[in-house]
Amino acid sequence: MSSDAAPVAKIAVRGVEKSFGAKRVLDGVEIGCGAGESLVIIGGSGTGKSVLIKCILGLMRPDAGSIRIDGEETVGMGRTTRANLMLKFGMLFQGSALFDSLSVWENVAFGLIQGRGMPRQQAREIALQKLAAVGLGAEVGLLSPAELSGGMQKRVALARAIAAEPEILFFDEPTTGLDPIMADVINRLITDLVRGLGVTTISITHDMVSARKIADRIAMLHKGRIVWQGPTAEIDRTDNPFVDQFVHGRAEGPIEMEVRAA
Amino acid sequence: MIAFLASVGAAFLAFLAAAGRLVMFAGGALGAGLTPPYYPRLILRQIVYVGYFSLPVVGLTALFTGMVLALQSYTGFARFNAEGAIATVVVLSVTRELGPVIAGLMVAGRVGAAMAAEIGTMRVTDQIDALTTLSTDPLRYLVLPRLLAGLLTLPALVLVADIIGVFGGFLVGTYKLNFNPATYLTQTEQYLETMDVVSGLVKAAVFGFIVALMGCYHGYHSRGGAEGVGQATTYAVVSASILILLSNYFLTQAFFA
Repeated sequence: MSSDAAPVAKIAVRGVEKSFGAKRVLDGVEIGCGAGESLVIIGGSGTGKSVLIKCILGLMRPDAGSIRIDGEETVGMGRTTRANLMLKFGMLFQGSALFDSLSVWENVAFGLIQGRGMPRQQAREIALQKLAAVGLGAEVGLLSPAELSGGMQKRVALARAIAAEPEILFFDEPTTGLDPIMADVINRLITDLVRGLGVTTISITHDMVSARKIADRIAMLHKGRIVWQGPTAEIDRTDNPFVDQFVHGRAEGPIEMEVRAA
Repeated sequence: MIAFLASVGAAFLAFLAAAGRLVMFAGGALGAGLTPPYYPRLILRQIVYVGYFSLPVVGLTALFTGMVLALQSYTGFARFNAEGAIATVVVLSVTRELGPVIAGLMVAGRVGAAMAAEIGTMRVTDQIDALTTLSTDPLRYLVLPRLLAGLLTLPALVLVADIIGVFGGFLVGTYKLNFNPATYLTQTEQYLETMDVVSGLVKAAVFGFIVALMGCYHGYHSRGGAEGVGQATTYAVVSASILILLSNYFLTQAFFA
């Protein structure tokens, strides 16, 4: 075996396309993410960030292209193999997506009990540990998600995402809708937990403060294509006009917002 | 003319595509039940929800249906001196037709709408995607228990509705129309055959499956927030009601024609 063979990317996305009717949302996306790396994908609303992450997760099937996880092709993967692959993933949804009918600890333990067949008592102990890791006490575990604030729901969702200690974590707009202090709390939790666990993460956001804080590398998606990618430190030095406009939040530039007259 | 034919053809193709999606959805959920994991607690919870909590509304409807049927039959049959057939008419109408159809329609309104709203809300708030990312098949976890509950529970519910409906007829027959109670009961029993009850129970199983399937299908495919969930709820109740009446005709033909 050759010792100088290129390491296999943890996640490799090649030429991924996805359309909804006549609207092409992803138009040949090319991006990769190394093991243990934190990649943040930025871009305006409606540029295809959530669709890309759903394609990688297998929640949507791309029209064309290849998505490899640990070198294994996942597009067109069978149901059983896909279910096994899901054991590698954890996901923090934008709206937290906690199950209303279950208590907080049952939400956190859900993947352990249903996905991995762990006994309830053992899963409960792990759930309480994970809640503690995100700064929530055991008493919160007995509440229902509807009784929590938005920030607490995000923390519970984060605890659920890391409960099964996945290899790859996805964060969809982790700080959207939170006040700046709670957003910083969530960012810090993400960086502490991710670095502590050594997992690979892909986050999507349009919050530049959050992106700078949690990313090793940033990529920008515009009209279904990656228009720039580089180390986090480069984001303020690049002369890419798309990145420049987005980072500085200017209305004028190559990114044109679709404004429809009523 | 060509444009008209094209629009008819397009509508027909759209209907076939929708029917295909529905069959694949039901097949996917039922197929998931062939292999573990199984969720007996969820099935039990749905059975209690569909059956036990529907008892008051179905029972009350059945009671008044039986009472009205006795009253109407009396005023109609008195014209040609056939009042003696009232007990038989009530029991056959309730067991063969009115019990399963009215219970089906009531459960479509109560349970089908609730299933569509619950699953639809889970869809638009990403909870169904969250299930998938937690290595749980949503068809197995959400849809299959509801389909089984609909299929198994409605026959039991209809059996109770049959008894209450006949009792409603008995109340009107004996207290208002002054029939002799013993004679009324004898006439009720005299012409009733096992097939009358069994056909109603089979219909109920089919209707229960339809109600659950429509609720789950429309909820599962809802889009666009609160408006989408509202639409899914309407579609679930309307489509279940139409399919119940439609399938009732074909089932009646299969049993009695």
